Amino acid sequence: MTAFIIRRLMLALVTLLLVTLAVFFVMRLLPGDPLLIYMAQSAELDTMPREALEKLRQEFGLDKPIMVQYVHWVWGIFRGDFGTSIFYREKVGTLMLERFPVTLHLGLLALLCSVSIGLTVGLIAAIRRGKWPDKVFTPLTYLGVTVPIFWLGILLIYFFGLKLRWLPIAGYTSPLDDFWLSTRQAIMPVICLSIYGLASNARQMRSSMLEVIHQDYIRTAWAKGLSEGRIIFRHALKNSLIPVVTLMGMSVGMIFGGSVIVETVFAIPGVGRLLVSSIFGQDYVVVQAITFVVASIVLVVNLIVDLSYAWFDPRIRYG
Amino acid sequence: MASQGTIDAEFSAAPPRISEWRRLWKVFFSRGTVAVGFAILLLVILVAIFAPFVAPYDPYQVGVADSLVQPNRSHLLGSDVLGRDTLSRLIYGSRTALMVGFLTVGIASIIGISLGLIAGYFGGIPYMVIMRCIDAVMCFPMLLLALVVAAVLGGGIQNVIIALSVAIIPHYTRVTCGMALSVRENDYVIASLLTGAGDGFIILRHVLPNILHPLLVLMTMQLGSLILAEASLSFLGIGIEPPGAAWGAMVNDGYKHLLRNPVLSFAPGLTIMMTVFAFNMVGDGLRDALDPRLRGLL
Repeated sequence: MTAFIIRRLMLALVTLLLVTLAVFFVMRLLPGDPLLIYMAQSAELDTMPREALEKLRQEFGLDKPIMVQYVHWVWGIFRGDFGTSIFYREKVGTLMLERFPVTLHLGLLALLCSVSIGLTVGLIAAIRRGKWPDKVFTPLTYLGVTVPIFWLGILLIYFFGLKLRWLPIAGYTSPLDDFWLSTRQAIMPVICLSIYGLASNARQMRSSMLEVIHQDYIRTAWAKGLSEGRIIFRHALKNSLIPVVTLMGMSVGMIFGGSVIVETVFAIPGVGRLLVSSIFGQDYVVVQAITFVVASIVLVVNLIVDLSYAWFDPRIRYG
Repeated sequence: MASQGTIDAEFSAAPPRISEWRRLWKVFFSRGTVAVGFAILLLVILVAIFAPFVAPYDPYQVGVADSLVQPNRSHLLGSDVLGRDTLSRLIYGSRTALMVGFLTVGIASIIGISLGLIAGYFGGIPYMVIMRCIDAVMCFPMLLLALVVAAVLGGGIQNVIIALSVAIIPHYTRVTCGMALSVRENDYVIASLLTGAGDGFIILRHVLPNILHPLLVLMTMQLGSLILAEASLSFLGIGIEPPGAAWGAMVNDGYKHLLRNPVLSFAPGLTIMMTVFAFNMVGDGLRDALDPRLRGLL
């Protein structure tokens, strides 16, 4: 197991290196000089003398060769310095520190919902195959993976926010400031963020559970007279969870992707919205930093998933 | 001896090639939802092809109706803020959605499958290089990657297609590579090598045909999620330039006038959902038809 862990860690480091290369050089494909774009936005371009422009270029390190800039950028990340936002004139680290907790709060709630509800629904649908829970839930999971989440958000806002007036239609409050308001505001965004993962977890759980309960050792367990609860939870559950664990790793990425949309729909000041506004403002330092941090989080989660996968299934360790 | 007899009987009773198609057809349409999905898909494709004949009005013509009229006899789904007919824009939007979906799947599958075949068949250094790069790209959530790449390239529909292709190439490469790795161990590949066949011949003649079915299913499923992704991007304002019609952008337009004319937002969203549903169902049906082991289980 130790050899396996070390091998996976080395691979992850290589991947991380490639991620930094991708993030840095893709952003540099941006058409135009980032400095000129910024100056054009601040409308000082015409009045600014060439020398001042050169001075700014030096200040942002944009006069150096691109490899030097890359090394400088990676070295900065190691020290927790993501550079200075061209648009906000603030440390990108500070900007992200304000916004990541918001995204993580909603994202973790969504992950919790999609895993707990999704697995339960899938489990029930599998062991009561063809009965009413299966007939009700399984078609719903098909809808869950097809609904556009921005549209679902708008539907929820229309019916529960504007018509019934049960929930606030937008915004975000920290649960530390006002727990009740925060929870009420979080309900609709969390539904939107979790719906896809919930439905796909349920589908995966249903099909892998169905596969497991048709195997011989389950029949043996029935034959020796064990109770249904014991068979499902002691014998079937662990084996059927293996494919589901991989899916959970993927749903972390899905939630980050979804937060871009959900935060736009519900006007939530999180990382997703910062990313969208930075893209439209061509604030490449911020876009670089956010894509890098999100990719790293996904990388770490997948590493954990891979390791736990090997823990569940010894064949992978020695494969 | 008796068991030998039954095996022989099974072999001789093996269906001739012609009825294989009939079997596929029967399994495919045996599920009601798949048939419904197929019908929806056919409808959307026909509507997209014959858009100019089906659309009641010019989708770009401002002021064919008053601003934000409710659905009525002459404008079945009402109009948007500029007085453009919603139904006509919805019909033309299907062209955008299908074009992005099919072109992206086409580009991404050709590149992704080629990379996967090279990595899986040759192994060694090509495998290492290709798969590490694929791992790196897969760290970026699909929507986020597409968003950043499309923005870097500068928006526009062709850049959305490129961005989405970049985002889904890894899916094809991974799946192809995994299957190619196992197929190349088969005796018929070794036999072919011994008869002096080249690598290119073996890949195209023996490896690819044997992994084609799961790839076909993946491609169909991806069409659905690509249409969803394209809608998400155009909802955020990246993609087709105005006045072009895209479903996601229409939902966003409607969002601004939600209280005055909710249909403006509801109709395109429902259309997206039905189209994605149709692609998923057809994908499911294909999988069941092509993989008898899974039939009826999922």
